[in-house]
Amino acid sequence: MSTDLGVAGTPAKQLDLHSLGFDRGGHLLLKRDLGLVPVGATVAVYGSDEALPVHLRGWCRQQGHAVTWPSELGEEARSQPGPQGSPLVALVRRGAAQVGRWREAEKSGGADPKQEGSLVEQPPAFWGVAGRSATVERGAPEWDFSLNERDELWAEEVPRIYNQALAAQWDPNTAVDWDEPFELPEEVEDAVVQVMTYLIENEMAALVVPSKFLAQIHPHFREVMQLLAIQAADEARHVEVFTRRGLLKRDELGLSTAGGQESLKTLYDEADFAMASFLLSVLGEGSFLSLLRFLRDHAPDPITRRISHLAAQDEARHVAFGMAHLRRHVTLDPTMREKLATAIRQRHAALEHTAGLNEEVFDALLLLAAGSWEIDALDEGYRKVLELKEDMDQSRRRRLEQLGFTPDDAAELSAMHTRNFM
Amino acid sequence: MTNDTEQVMNLKINKEKPFLVGAVAYDAKVVTIWEGFKEYFRERDFPFDFVLFSNYETQVESHLAGRLHAAWNSPLAWIEARRLAERRGRQARAGVMRDTDQDLTSVIIVRSDSGINTVADLKGKTVATGALDSPQATLIPLMHLHSQGLEPGRDFEVRRFDIMVGKHGDHVGGERDAVEALMGGEVDAACILDANHLVFGKEGTIMQGASRILTQSAPFDHCNFTLLEDVDTETEARFSQILLGMSYDDPKVRPLLDLEGLKQWKEGRTTGYTQLEQACDTFGVIDPWLDANA
Repeated sequence: MSTDLGVAGTPAKQLDLHSLGFDRGGHLLLKRDLGLVPVGATVAVYGSDEALPVHLRGWCRQQGHAVTWPSELGEEARSQPGPQGSPLVALVRRGAAQVGRWREAEKSGGADPKQEGSLVEQPPAFWGVAGRSATVERGAPEWDFSLNERDELWAEEVPRIYNQALAAQWDPNTAVDWDEPFELPEEVEDAVVQVMTYLIENEMAALVVPSKFLAQIHPHFREVMQLLAIQAADEARHVEVFTRRGLLKRDELGLSTAGGQESLKTLYDEADFAMASFLLSVLGEGSFLSLLRFLRDHAPDPITRRISHLAAQDEARHVAFGMAHLRRHVTLDPTMREKLATAIRQRHAALEHTAGLNEEVFDALLLLAAGSWEIDALDEGYRKVLELKEDMDQSRRRRLEQLGFTPDDAAELSAMHTRNFM
Repeated sequence: MTNDTEQVMNLKINKEKPFLVGAVAYDAKVVTIWEGFKEYFRERDFPFDFVLFSNYETQVESHLAGRLHAAWNSPLAWIEARRLAERRGRQARAGVMRDTDQDLTSVIIVRSDSGINTVADLKGKTVATGALDSPQATLIPLMHLHSQGLEPGRDFEVRRFDIMVGKHGDHVGGERDAVEALMGGEVDAACILDANHLVFGKEGTIMQGASRILTQSAPFDHCNFTLLEDVDTETEARFSQILLGMSYDDPKVRPLLDLEGLKQWKEGRTTGYTQLEQACDTFGVIDPWLDANA
């Protein structure tokens, strides 16, 4: 239906708000109708709410829409009722402000990372924290996300690993039977406490290192952030269960050595995301995975075996992510391999003056694997610890080879890995 | 201060002597706005700077003393500048204004259950207003009542909510306090700017359905860039053109326009100040200041 309103012409739309006030959502209907007509076109607003003329005046002024009042129209035009019989309140001519606001706005990539072009090489700073595929207004502030290069961050496997991580979350209160009875000789319990003390500080480093990078990643790579966030949550859980086991039968933890912390601090001090990821996730957590499996198989009590099993499952995912994105990275940038090798050599040099794995931890592992002071048991324990070190070396070499290092280089670099395992 | 002691500045602007605009700092955002405008003007080779004042009266005095090229004036400050200039044999003119400065109205609201149905029912009641010098929340609505035969102080009591006197009601706090007094039953009516009725409803200061609009003033205009005859028309034209050229489409300038509350600048006009001129004549609010400064 069209209505001629004399000098004001024919409105593009008629909106009869009936008794609905602008203070009760009426503005939404007008906003919608104005959005449907071109800039400069008119919506005739009818309604019976007594505050409507006042509210309409203020609202239109602030939104940049021009208003013509019935008093400015001819008698015939202003007395024509709206579609629902309400009186004419005003003619609202659509202003250009809303259109202007979204001019040159930019779509921030695509929602599905599997679709070609969804992830851009280097998202602009003004996309900021917008969700990927949102339309971002020009003039949005520049965010200082320093990790913003797709090739440095992304791996196809990220969404899959993230989903695995979600499905594999466990609750320390219910996943572990903390009341399960066991008795260990005093010295063996002491050895377990010492190993727990060592595990806690390693897990703490594994918590803070990715967290440090997490806040620097451009949210365009949301899935990578999510994965690192859940990885941090994993480590927080590990810190908890190893602490609980350490204090299960003791009032305090064991010894924390300068050399151990020195080794971990080199990870924390590594400013480059790819290098930190390589040293921590691939080499550190890779070696740690062997250690956790060793504890799962050889620890003298059921609780230590159980928590080592749970932690090892999580660590395997962390290693998988580190490997996935580094594999992509070295494929795209062949010079990357030499940089990784340099990172190992530099860390080796930095740690050369330290004692390496502290005697306390080595002895504790041996005693823990032996389970008693019996000569045969100690002999067996010693053999298991050597097997563990061999297993760690083999795994590191295998992963280095998967990243494209030659077997000789892999062997050399693996040998240079910190003696502190992580 | 008299003309004798003033030294009217050389109004040819250059890098050493930029075009100087005065504005009143009624809120911290004022600094952001004017720093932004300064950059915008300078990018267009127009040397520009600003001075912030804590009240409009000092700004008007400084303007008349030749220390500013233009002043961003409230409607009352415009009248102060115009009248003071006139008394000194000078001329003020209104330059550009915001789109949102045109065709405002004031409303007087009452509680829905108050039994006050006509303006005449306000007789013997208490009416809350904004600050003493607020055009929209005090002077214009009181003038509106006066023109309908109700004399403030004689026919009804006025309860003023003086927030930031000297800032001419730029701060909305006085209006909010007036409305809270109304809702709390301390007063019988409250005077506010039309758009604030919706705002106070949204923020919950007015419960839905708890208030009614008793009466609405005729439309009036708000701020403008006031200039005196000492700025040459060429300089004024450049200044105005740069302002009028600011586009809401421009992402660099849009946040400033949003902060300053406009979508586009408009050519100035003085036709929207009649009610406030009448209020000044009727209530004599600026006369003591004018007499002291003329």
